[in-house]
Amino acid sequence: MTHVVTENCQACRFTDCVTVCPVACFHGDDERLYIDPEVCVDCSACISACPVGAIKEEFDLSDDEERWIEINASRAPDLPVIRSKQSPLPTAEARRSELGLN
Amino acid sequence: MTAPGTRKVAVVGSGPSGFYAAEALLEAGAEVDVIERLPTPFGLVRFGVAPDHPKLKSVCQNFTQIAGHERFAFFGNVALGRDVTIDELRGFYDAVVIASGASADRKLGVPGEHLPGSWSATEFVSWYNGHPDFRNRTFDFSCEAAVILGHGNVAIDVCRILSKSVDELRRTDICAHALEALAESRIRDVHLVGRRGPAQAKWTAKELREIGMLAEADVVLDESDLALGATCEAELADPRGVTPAQSFKILRTFQGRPRERSKAVHLHFNLSPRVLEGAGRVERVLFDRCRLSGGPFSQVADPTGETVSLKAGAVFRSVGYKGVATDGVPFDGRSGTIPHERGRVMDGDAPADGLYVAGWIKRGPSGVIGVNRACSLETVETMLSDFADRPPSQAPGRDALRSALAARAVRPVDFTSWMRIDEAEVEAGAALGKPREKFTSVDKMLAAAFAGSGPVPQSCCA
Ligand SMILES: Cc1cc2nc3c(=O)[nH]c(=O)nc-3n(C[C@H](O)[C@H](O)[C@H](O)COP(=O)(O)OP(=O)(O)OC[C@H]3O[C@@H](n4cnc5c(N)ncnc54)[C@H](O)[C@@H]3O)c2cc1C
Ligand code: SF4
Ligand code: SF4
Repeated sequence: MTHVVTENCQACRFTDCVTVCPVACFHGDDERLYIDPEVCVDCSACISACPVGAIKEEFDLSDDEERWIEINASRAPDLPVIRSKQSPLPTAEARRSELGLN
Repeated sequence: MTAPGTRKVAVVGSGPSGFYAAEALLEAGAEVDVIERLPTPFGLVRFGVAPDHPKLKSVCQNFTQIAGHERFAFFGNVALGRDVTIDELRGFYDAVVIASGASADRKLGVPGEHLPGSWSATEFVSWYNGHPDFRNRTFDFSCEAAVILGHGNVAIDVCRILSKSVDELRRTDICAHALEALAESRIRDVHLVGRRGPAQAKWTAKELREIGMLAEADVVLDESDLALGATCEAELADPRGVTPAQSFKILRTFQGRPRERSKAVHLHFNLSPRVLEGAGRVERVLFDRCRLSGGPFSQVADPTGETVSLKAGAVFRSVGYKGVATDGVPFDGRSGTIPHERGRVMDGDAPADGLYVAGWIKRGPSGVIGVNRACSLETVETMLSDFADRPPSQAPGRDALRSALAARAVRPVDFTSWMRIDEAEVEAGAALGKPREKFTSVDKMLAAAFAGSGPVPQSCCA
């Protein structure tokens, strides 16, 4: 079992999630973050840190979201580790409002 | 050797918050000494985290990596307040971070709490995890029913350890003495009781789900407890509260499950303990049934007038932790934390110069391991901004600490010596098919740490 970053992370990247990760398993590209399932210790700290509810336990994914397991697992290892808070993407606040989370 | 002018920082406590503070400080170029009361590092990762959650303990590998940094030193077996004072540390270093955790337990404040058979979850957890201060506690598992008061992850840990078979625990790093005592346990029914409703429970979805996957125990709950009022519905619908909504879904899956196994975990809600009763020892707990009132996220439990009694020969209260005060460091006794502003310790309205705080002793006893990372990062950020206005360091740092300890005949356990303890524990565990068998006394830890090296230095007369 692991934790996965899903749809909502798109164009947001507040990266509140990475500062609470005890083991540095977040990786990122320009768009979003991915969790390396080989490194994640399933502590769930990131779930409540994400302001847009983008992170879920594998167990809690809906059928539509299942595809994110593979996306996280395959993308993460090739991308750089993100350990410290980045500047949010310019689209971040807009994304948060769009999701009704302000 | 470190460059002249390098900032020298002492971190008191080697739990997650201490290590994350050290990591951030090392990245910023500082020299960091972590001072730990026990010969073993990692705080509650070693003495709190449940033995059947081995994956989480792999964070220790990250901490070990941090400890490998050339500007890092570990001073195990050195307690602030016992072996060194805060004023000394403030003199030796540019800054001191208190990261001593919050592992004293809170009381319920109800009659009968002190009867034999009533314990804090802290005592039980520290005992099965081999904390040297708790090695000699005894627990009586000869009764058939146990009550656990509290609806958080620690309560669930206690519930799991009481409900699992010895075979389920045998290959974990649970201490041999605990395994032996639990093997004799006659406990069949474990009642997990909370004062408020399912929407307010503090456990995480993952821990709750595990309760539903025990090999020998069924989960039993009263369906009427899952009928929510409008305020609770509103709390669960809040998009920021992913976790409570997720655990509520899991509770629904427990509903109406058949009872097939020999043991049971009973989930109770809206029951507030009124008194623990029994002749000479705990026999039952009397509760007030409660109803919630108030607005979303501030609902309180009011007694309805109805009382409920549960038979139990063992009661574990898991109603929170608090920190303990250190001489010379400001402390708020009510919250059990050190007052601070973004990690800078506050003495009334003024900052206490060079004193910082991180982790549970800063925020109070909640938040999983990783939350301490964000917490320590904040503290270090504050410290670095304070350093920016100061001239380069003149502090003597670790040499001064070493001399002070030597003068008191205190022999610190450095990280290499801890690795000797670690190795010996892993070796003892391997023989039993366990990841490790812990040493449960400081003397044994020290013997392993210093095996093959010279005798403990005597204090000189200087
Ligand atoms: C029973 C239990 C189970 C838990 N399970 C989980 C879990 O499954 N997953 C998870 O993510 N989190 C879990 N946690 C939470 C996690 O353990 C804490 O978030 C974390 O340990 C807090 O870190 P800390 O560094 O602030 O304190 P601690 O880990 O308590 O570290 C404090 C350290 O300071 C030392 N110290 C104290 N006083 C002095 C002194 N005077 N001088 C020198 N050293 C001193 C102590 O010996 C200790 O080593 C659990 C907690 C408990 C209590
Ligand atoms: S906090 Fe959430 S939205 Fe932001 S980067 Fe992390 S996962 Fe993505
Ligand atoms: S569950 Fe824990 S270890 Fe896994 S990604 Fe989230 S914070 Fe990191």
